[in-house]
Amino acid sequence: MLKAEIYITLKKTVADPQGLTIKHALDSLGYKEVEEVRIGKLVTVRLNINDKKEAEQRLNEMCKKLLANPIIEDYSSKIEEV
Amino acid sequence: MVKPEVYRSLGLSDEEYKRIIDVLKREPSTTELAMFSVEWSEHCGYPHSRNLLKLLPKKGKYPTLIGEDSGGIIVDDLAIIFKMESHNHPSQIEPKQGAATGIGGIIRDIFTAGARPIASLNSLRFGPLTEPYNRYLLRGVVDGIQFYGNCLGVPTVAGEIYFDESYSGNCLVNVMSIGVAKKDELARAFARGVGNSIMYVGSSTGRDGIGGCSVLASHEFKEGEEKRPTVQIGDPFTEKCLIEATLEALATGHVVGIKDMGAAGLTCSTSEMASVGNSGMEVELQLVPRREADMEPWEIMMSESQERMLVCVKKGKEKEIEKIFSKWDLHAVVIGKVTDDDIVRIKDKGKVVAEIKAHSLTQAPVYDMPYKKPAYLDDLNKLDITKISEPKDYNGVLLKLLGSPTISSKVWVYEQYDHMVQTNTVTLPGSDASVLRLKGTNKAVAATTDCNSRYCYLNPYKGAQIAVAEAARNLVCSGAEPAAVTDCLNFGNPKRPDRFWQFKNCVEGVASACKFLNISVVSGNVSFYNESVKGVVNPTPTIGMIGIVDDVHQVCTQFFKNEKEIIILLGTSKEELGGSEYLKEVHGQVKGDAPDLDLWLEQAVQRTALDAIRKGLVSSAHDCSEGGLAVALAECCISNKENMVGAVIDSLTFDVRKDATLFGESQSRIVLSCSKKSVHKIRDIAERFGAPFQIIGRTGGKELKILVGKRKIINLSVEGMFERWIDSLQSLIMA
Amino acid sequence: MKFGVVVFPGSNCDQDCFYVVKDVLKQPVKYIWHKDTELDNFDCIILPGGFSYGDYLRTGAVARFSPVMDSVIDFAKRGGIVIGICNGFQILLESGLLPGAMLRNTNLHFICKYVYIKTENIKIPFTNLCKKNQILKIPIAHNEGNYYIDDDGLKSLEKNGQIVFRYCSPEGDVNKESNPNGALANIAGIINREGNTLGMMPHPERSSEAELGSEDGFLILRSILKWLGSK
Repeated sequence: MLKAEIYITLKKTVADPQGLTIKHALDSLGYKEVEEVRIGKLVTVRLNINDKKEAEQRLNEMCKKLLANPIIEDYSSKIEEV
Repeated sequence: MVKPEVYRSLGLSDEEYKRIIDVLKREPSTTELAMFSVEWSEHCGYPHSRNLLKLLPKKGKYPTLIGEDSGGIIVDDLAIIFKMESHNHPSQIEPKQGAATGIGGIIRDIFTAGARPIASLNSLRFGPLTEPYNRYLLRGVVDGIQFYGNCLGVPTVAGEIYFDESYSGNCLVNVMSIGVAKKDELARAFARGVGNSIMYVGSSTGRDGIGGCSVLASHEFKEGEEKRPTVQIGDPFTEKCLIEATLEALATGHVVGIKDMGAAGLTCSTSEMASVGNSGMEVELQLVPRREADMEPWEIMMSESQERMLVCVKKGKEKEIEKIFSKWDLHAVVIGKVTDDDIVRIKDKGKVVAEIKAHSLTQAPVYDMPYKKPAYLDDLNKLDITKISEPKDYNGVLLKLLGSPTISSKVWVYEQYDHMVQTNTVTLPGSDASVLRLKGTNKAVAATTDCNSRYCYLNPYKGAQIAVAEAARNLVCSGAEPAAVTDCLNFGNPKRPDRFWQFKNCVEGVASACKFLNISVVSGNVSFYNESVKGVVNPTPTIGMIGIVDDVHQVCTQFFKNEKEIIILLGTSKEELGGSEYLKEVHGQVKGDAPDLDLWLEQAVQRTALDAIRKGLVSSAHDCSEGGLAVALAECCISNKENMVGAVIDSLTFDVRKDATLFGESQSRIVLSCSKKSVHKIRDIAERFGAPFQIIGRTGGKELKILVGKRKIINLSVEGMFERWIDSLQSLIMA
Repeated sequence: MKFGVVVFPGSNCDQDCFYVVKDVLKQPVKYIWHKDTELDNFDCIILPGGFSYGDYLRTGAVARFSPVMDSVIDFAKRGGIVIGICNGFQILLESGLLPGAMLRNTNLHFICKYVYIKTENIKIPFTNLCKKNQILKIPIAHNEGNYYIDDDGLKSLEKNGQIVFRYCSPEGDVNKESNPNGALANIAGIINREGNTLGMMPHPERSSEAELGSEDGFLILRSILKWLGSK
């Protein structure tokens, strides 16, 4: 059994008004050191296979097809045994 | 032997526990104790209010329908079903989900009757926006309503938002929904026919909403295990699928009865369906779809997981019904059957865990509570107007009122609600009431929610009457005949005589005004215990009223339409400042008596306005409420930003103090605008009905000018007024 | 002319689209369940607004994999007329029938209000009854109407006349003030290269009858009908 954590984030070229709003909120709470905030998604997937390489390839496909929109999003993942 | 601290922590008194033993003739099981505690609770059993609620009239202009979970009226061959409910305490804790699940619940009450929900309204009350938590609550509640309502495709078309110190610590979130069905296609919420199946449809069951019952837990949560969530989480996508599946299932004719699982979930639906159907029911809990492991029987019975219904299906037709729900990816499982012994029998793995006569669960104890007029009220009602100084700067006062939270434009809120989906919204938010056309007919239904709770605080009986009168007045200004009411009565702790006195007087006020105006009360909700360490809320009997527009082409809106039209004031301005926004915002006082209400005068004014509108004589109609005449006139000038028309008010008579005339909140006043040639016709109608009639000025220009003799006491540009009115709320919320 | 309105779980403007075609445009119309794949008999397919699959993951992301979408893609390839409104537009973007993607409105709120859009391309089935640069008053109601495409994509859209509608002021000025959601270049609606598939965020079905506040949206439906009739 493998568990994967996939991080889906907006591409750098895409504006993130949510992140900006939250940066301002943190700033008004006194956290002046915050330079930038970007909001993304975390998708955790439990896979009933044991081969990490196979899992990586399958997850890549899942991301490309459904989990991320390649026009506006990037993704990265890490896999561990469970 | 059940320990007293166990049943007491479930909200049952010693007497109630003794009564349970009398009913069962033995000690209750854990599951049975849980079931009694929720069925006999305030929310399900109405122990403290049932007797007084009998005062509310059930007869009105249209034939009334009183169903199990909602009510309505019959108009031609249509049934218009509607109801209002509260979700106050959950919203105070978790505003988004509290409001969202409130919407979910009220809409389920509508489609469970077989009516497609066509609109939602809401009445919201918060503490002052100067406090960050109140801003958080407002943002959260609005977010919850838009999150759930928009996804469902039910337009949120009207509402009101009030701000008052009494709501700090306990906000009020009252939500109302309206649905339409052919009158012969309504569904009932009972279980009948021995051998018929009981099916569970919708989402799976979890531990939502049973946080306060840890006393019943037979095992401790392990270290790190999450505590039961006290707040339910809503899933509008599932509910949308549930609406479609339910209406499809009802259309098959195989459904005997259906009920949604709202408060007290399975307990409420099983016992009430059996009781209303005068039958019994047997249910096996192992068959209930669940999303958490190791749920105990009482947890399944008390769970308030959302988006679930209980359906009584004709024997042999279960597969057909299951197919419909599966198409929409919803669970649909037979969990039991109708029996002939009047008993609700709950089994877990074949073993009986609860066995109670259905009627004893649904016949909760009823209490007549002691009541006493609060000691502070006599002094509070004394307002010496000579001690209130008249303003020097009337322009400043009007601008201040236009920018005050309760009066200012709510556009920041309603632009977050899809108010156009279903393409029935003929009158958009921003006028006195919403009007929704009824496709396939020439008619429309108008709807509004109203309650000035400050008036109710100063004078509960009169304040409640005014709430009814004002709702009717708003509908009339939209071109509708006021027809029926759903009420949401929000009060403090009923065990305290001063709170109960407020409740009793408000119910009596609602009853008397509705009877006078021939308006039936078809459904409603009572919410008690709205108080916190900060104090008790103002008595708030929120009135949700619908009216019928006979010809959808004769609707009316509140803003001036054309230049050079005549402005008429129906009604009389008295020297009353009690309870007014002006007295609070400018003089910092909440004092006096609620304004006078003469129901004969009110009826005369309403009949005049409605008749004139129906005859096509009126360009705009707007009633005077918070802020008085000056605010009403300003709103007529500015509430349509695409075409703001000013006015010159040079024939208004000032029989009383100027500030009372302009900002006092005398009741039963409506401002009309019409073409010159219609004036005498409207005057004739007013004479016929006995309504005071006064020409006060004419429309035109880009300013609102109000003159006393030759002197301009108000002279403001429409742009200036608009700016103050349109942006205030947003600035306060984002502070 | 036969119209079809696709219904996904969570669509909520399907009945509105059905009603406007049947009772206002007075044409034959059928619902198409998202699992149906037989689209041969239709002349125009409508993907309506709503929250298909609750907008889970991304709006339109799951609906694009419904069985019906393969048939819609085929239908479009064969030259059939397809119009995606609001969520329908989002589904067309996710399925690749139209280029680009939708982001959340810049003010992070759902916005429901009347807006003005300028008609830039009138040589297509959807706007042939409009005048060039005609201003239409049509309402929007969405959370994600902030259209995005990369620089090259935008250049290509402009070069090929694929931008059909832009948000503008009542006087026709295309500027920041008249942009309700931050959409790139004020883009409110686009077509594919072939000109037979339109996606638009505003709701023409909500503005096809005077008593609802505007009849401008009806021009789009009548344009489709005229074009189909003249084929």
